[in-house]
Amino acid sequence: MTEMAMPQSRARTGSSWLASVGQGRNLLGLIFMLPAAVFLLVFLTYPLGLGVWLGFTDTRIGRSGIFIGLENYQSLWGDHVFWLSVFNTVLYTTVASVLKFALGLWLALLLNQHMPFKAFFRAIVLLPWVVPTVLSAIAFWWIYDAQFSIVSWALVKLGLIDHYINFLGDTTNARAAVIAANVWRGIPFVAISLLAGLQTIPPSLHEAATLDGATPWQRFRYITLPMLTPIIAVVMTFSVLFTFTDFQLIYVLTRGGPLNATHLMATLSFQRAIPGGQLGEGAAIAVAMIPFLLAAILFSYFGLQRRRWQQGGAD
Amino acid sequence: MTISRRDVLLGGAGLAAGIAGSQLIGQGPAFAQAAPKFTPEKGASLRVLRWSPFVKGEEDAWLANTKKFTEATGIEVRIDKESWEDIRPKAAVAANVGSGPDIIWVWFDDAHQYPDKLLDVTPLANSLAQQYGGWYPGLEGYAKRDGKFIALPLSAIGNAICYRESWVKEAGFSEFPKDTKAFLELCKALKAKGHPAGFTLGHGVGDGNNFCHWVLWSHGGKVVDENGKVVVNSPETIEALKYARELYQTFIPGTESWLDVNNNRAFLAGEVSVTANGVSLYYAAKNDPKLADMAKDIKTTNMPIGPVGQSVELHQTTSAVIFKYTKFPQAAQAYLQFMYDKPQFDAWLEGASAYCCQPLKAFASNPVWTSDPVHAPYAKASETLRPNGYAGPLGYASAAVMADYIVVDMVAEAATGQRTPEEAAKRAEARANRYYRV
Repeated sequence: MTEMAMPQSRARTGSSWLASVGQGRNLLGLIFMLPAAVFLLVFLTYPLGLGVWLGFTDTRIGRSGIFIGLENYQSLWGDHVFWLSVFNTVLYTTVASVLKFALGLWLALLLNQHMPFKAFFRAIVLLPWVVPTVLSAIAFWWIYDAQFSIVSWALVKLGLIDHYINFLGDTTNARAAVIAANVWRGIPFVAISLLAGLQTIPPSLHEAATLDGATPWQRFRYITLPMLTPIIAVVMTFSVLFTFTDFQLIYVLTRGGPLNATHLMATLSFQRAIPGGQLGEGAAIAVAMIPFLLAAILFSYFGLQRRRWQQGGAD
Repeated sequence: MTISRRDVLLGGAGLAAGIAGSQLIGQGPAFAQAAPKFTPEKGASLRVLRWSPFVKGEEDAWLANTKKFTEATGIEVRIDKESWEDIRPKAAVAANVGSGPDIIWVWFDDAHQYPDKLLDVTPLANSLAQQYGGWYPGLEGYAKRDGKFIALPLSAIGNAICYRESWVKEAGFSEFPKDTKAFLELCKALKAKGHPAGFTLGHGVGDGNNFCHWVLWSHGGKVVDENGKVVVNSPETIEALKYARELYQTFIPGTESWLDVNNNRAFLAGEVSVTANGVSLYYAAKNDPKLADMAKDIKTTNMPIGPVGQSVELHQTTSAVIFKYTKFPQAAQAYLQFMYDKPQFDAWLEGASAYCCQPLKAFASNPVWTSDPVHAPYAKASETLRPNGYAGPLGYASAAVMADYIVVDMVAEAATGQRTPEEAAKRAEARANRYYRV
């Protein structure tokens, strides 16, 4: 009997182990999460960690570096081009994000109205967003060309100006021009996302408010905006992140010129790291973007947590 | 012992080439016989990464030569191409990871960024120099480090003044000025006639750097001295920047935003009368039936000579490097030796229609330079070029200074009047010092 029982008990032990794995929520959860975790570690954590590490080294192309502490950051501290790029990035992000939010919200409200061909207009609004950035940047390159700009041509023909606008040659014009191009490209993302948010607001709230004699502005201020705040927080966080890390538009339009007036931290980081060969310094510039990006994420996180703020109350 | 076709071809400096080379430069075949002989590894195949061609005939000729090599040796050669600005990052990645194409055509001082990753090709380079009259010193500087060749100079991509002859005559100049002073007067006269000049002052890797380095060097300025000490903030530089300020007044508006393509577009549209470019600008007009009249009116000449008294220009330069990681170093060297052999190299130069200037002096007699008067100034590119880190050593600092557009920004700041020449020179000095580490 005992001889017979042994294999059975072994089989039971094996199957119970499998059963415990199959039924244990924790272990099974871990196993299912493992591929995603490995993916994140390999493709996100490792490159980010490597970037941070490179920022503390003097690595150059073709030569592994040694740890030099904060030397890259000290060197950047005294570099006026770096500070100019920080200024440009903050200006670019702030102005473009505010404009994208204002115009995007306006567009979303318009698209939320009842109108003919609503689906068509909603689809077409997405065009600037779906066109590859490089293509739209090349289109803007022609639009802003010092000699062949269609805008300048039209204004000259209309008799409104007598010479072509120096869109990308003048430092102020160049900053405005790249911001305008970024806004054009970014509005659809904000508009369509906010439109989705608008559709979740129950019409009954607006009907009740209308019956109570609320003006359109009051309905917007006390119903639409508070109900939309959570999605605004998410959308604008993404929008700020995309704008802050913009690269292609600047690289195609100006390469950071004229006189570095449109150099963003991302473009300067590339210029120093790859064509310039200074991987350590380029990484340090990229790492210097992290505090700004973290601030944007934290702003969104706390914005989402504040129920009273979402509901239109004060903090 | 028999000499097979393979031996002849792979010897490069074997009988056929040796005789041709000796006829060309008047040297005895003794040099040719000293050429190294490479024995390709069994089963070798090669991968070459080159920049996308600017002149189709150049690529066609290179591919035809490669085909000849494959037919003669059985070695397959795959040629990939990338946009010229993408070569630098690709080559850098190949150097860093130790894997990639066997041969890459790199730009400027790229080879000096990772010299220890590159195959020493000194024997081959020396034999080619002996055979074909020697390398031009400027190009040799880009390929040589610590007395060893880490690359083979392939070509200078010549940059020259392109102008509209009729407009220059209309401005009262029977011939194009040779010095900077008269050049300024010409540009003023052209502007007065409604035909402004236009030179790139934006972050154009090629045209911006070419023009701005010429402004600086032609007046005796330089970024660093022979020891790598930053000396850009000098009276010569200030003079150069004052000159740039004056010249800028004669430009079409917007040149500070120009990248590499803008001057071509403006010139071909008849918006500017004078610019500086490779010969591709002329061919863009010549190959377009609508621009036939303009093509006849386009003339070329070298950049004017400044107070320094000699022709000094940057030009683009390209070299072929073989990476140490290649499994077929013998085959790679045999391939390059074959491609530099007179029949092949001559065909390549001709195919390039004066876009590529020879690195070896003996090829200066290539008929391409006399086939069209427009080509003539481009024939001197290899002779007049100065390395971008002039007068200091080439390396990461020289590359970083050029990649960061320090000279371009300095000239543009002063030219546009955004800074005084003194301020612009001081700012450039501070920026250059970050790389040359005072």
